Amino acid sequence: MSYLIETRDITKRFGGLVAVNKVNFGVSPGEVVALLGDNGAGKSTLIKMISGVYPNDGGDILYNGEVVKIHTPIDALAAGIETIYQDLALAENLNVYSNIFLGREKTKKRLGIFHVLDHSYMYDEAVGILKKLDIKIPSLRNNVRTLSGGQRQAVAISRSIYWNAKVLIMDEPTAALGVAQQKQVLDLVNSLKDHGLAIILISHQMHDVFEVADRICVMRRGELVGNLVKKDTTTEEVVSLIVGSEAVS
Amino acid sequence: MKGNLNLIIEQSRLLKAIARNWAFCFLIFFVVLFSFTGKGFLSIVNFQNIVHLSVIAMFMAAAETFVIISGGIDLSVGFVMGLSSVTAGKIIQTLFNSGNYSVGVCILIGSVIALVVSLIPGLISGIMIAKFKVPPFIATLGMWGITNGIALKICEGFPVASLPDALTKIGNGYTIYFKKGSGINFFSLPEGVANNQIREYLRLIPISFIIIFIVIFVLRHILNNTTFGQHTYAIGGNEDAAIRSGINVQKHIIKIYMLSAFIAGMAGVFNVFQTGIGNFTTFGAMYELFGVAAVVIGGASLMGGKGRLLASIIGVLLIAVLENGLLISGVEPFYRYIAVGFLLILAIVIDQLFPDLF
Repeated sequence: MSYLIETRDITKRFGGLVAVNKVNFGVSPGEVVALLGDNGAGKSTLIKMISGVYPNDGGDILYNGEVVKIHTPIDALAAGIETIYQDLALAENLNVYSNIFLGREKTKKRLGIFHVLDHSYMYDEAVGILKKLDIKIPSLRNNVRTLSGGQRQAVAISRSIYWNAKVLIMDEPTAALGVAQQKQVLDLVNSLKDHGLAIILISHQMHDVFEVADRICVMRRGELVGNLVKKDTTTEEVVSLIVGSEAVS
Repeated sequence: MKGNLNLIIEQSRLLKAIARNWAFCFLIFFVVLFSFTGKGFLSIVNFQNIVHLSVIAMFMAAAETFVIISGGIDLSVGFVMGLSSVTAGKIIQTLFNSGNYSVGVCILIGSVIALVVSLIPGLISGIMIAKFKVPPFIATLGMWGITNGIALKICEGFPVASLPDALTKIGNGYTIYFKKGSGINFFSLPEGVANNQIREYLRLIPISFIIIFIVIFVLRHILNNTTFGQHTYAIGGNEDAAIRSGINVQKHIIKIYMLSAFIAGMAGVFNVFQTGIGNFTTFGAMYELFGVAAVVIGGASLMGGKGRLLASIIGVLLIAVLENGLLISGVEPFYRYIAVGFLLILAIVIDQLFPDLF
């Protein structure tokens, strides 16, 4: 299967330290790839290159099989690569639909000259996208502060989807959630997969990884040391790859 | 206990409305209270005076509302007002005394230049805060000193006097003059009536009301219904999120401080109209601190992301009613400060107890 987003020999150095060393990595549409590794293994650096936060020092990023230049977060967003960070980047003092439209508000003209916020349009669109993703939130006019962790995660995800994400990068989406909310988020990931998104999931929770991932990539000391299909592997094998007690090619 | 209270309030719409608008409830309470304790408090003339004399404070509170919602603070508004006032005064005086221009042209040129000048301190503090990451407190404290010094230099330490009479006719004028037998007149006394007979007329709706009403209406529209306002809230709520969603936060912060200084500049120009002279701001006036107090009493949080323009105006009125009512009731004026202090503490306590209400 051809990859939607792919890296070839991608490299990042910080001074003398090689944080990511010639990594070949890719995700297909409708596939969830879990990216695992110990702290400092280079996971975050790898996804930050894909999302445009760090420019790469060597190698290429391919989108739909073509080499693309991703140097800033704006480049990534324009290509449909959306990243959901651990802190979600929501303005908690604003309501749900304002957050979905934050920075890209829909305005309408009043009296022909004044641009005013089109609240009803944004509300309706937000209702639509939440319905499409089967997300239930009490009221879209409530401030995000009043929502649970799982609901906030859902808001952040639906924002990405609304703005036409093709590749979704999720950094520890379940880290700060209760058990029931973790399940909500994982269900959402599964439904996004059915919508044909390419999803990169960074997680330390082995249980989550085995529940939703199709493929598991393991990084250690800046290199990709394992690329395993989930149904052919076990937790033990993955853990041993992460800590480096056994070499599997 | 705290949780229970929150739950009870959450369930009752009426209680929720009261808790949200407690400052307004206090305002009504004090108006009723002083109506009993102060002779002459309950009258149209007195109420008009209260509002007319707090118009400057309303400008200050409006300026602080924008800045505080964005998570900053602007200590320079009081002295920017003074700078704008003496600039307008000096230019009007110079043009007027030269005798080459009509009164209207003198006033217009002076006002416009003063408003443009007032943008400069806002631009400088904005750049310091947005680009050089100077804390707003320090950046605007710097402007606090600089604008005061420049204002004093412009007027050489004396108020700028001998300006045209037309100024106070507008600034202290009324929309409607009424006297039994002579009928209603709009915007000025009837021909041939001397100024010392003005008390025989019932005067309604000061022109200052119309000015401040328009200003508040426009600013409230900007804050509530435009992307500018929405981004102001977003930056105050989570600056990082604002940056990542593509908002040009640096540019926006500069705009906010320029707006704040511009509103202070409008207060300065209005001050010339109200008093008929170009006033520098005295050190003891503390306009900026009363402005911040009014905004906080109105329910804004100094942490940013929260606040409403009309609530800030209610905060101004609450302070003004306290001042006026205590005075009329014969209480020594020192107690005013104590009362305002208590209100401020109460505002913070309410904010802490019910963070989800606003």
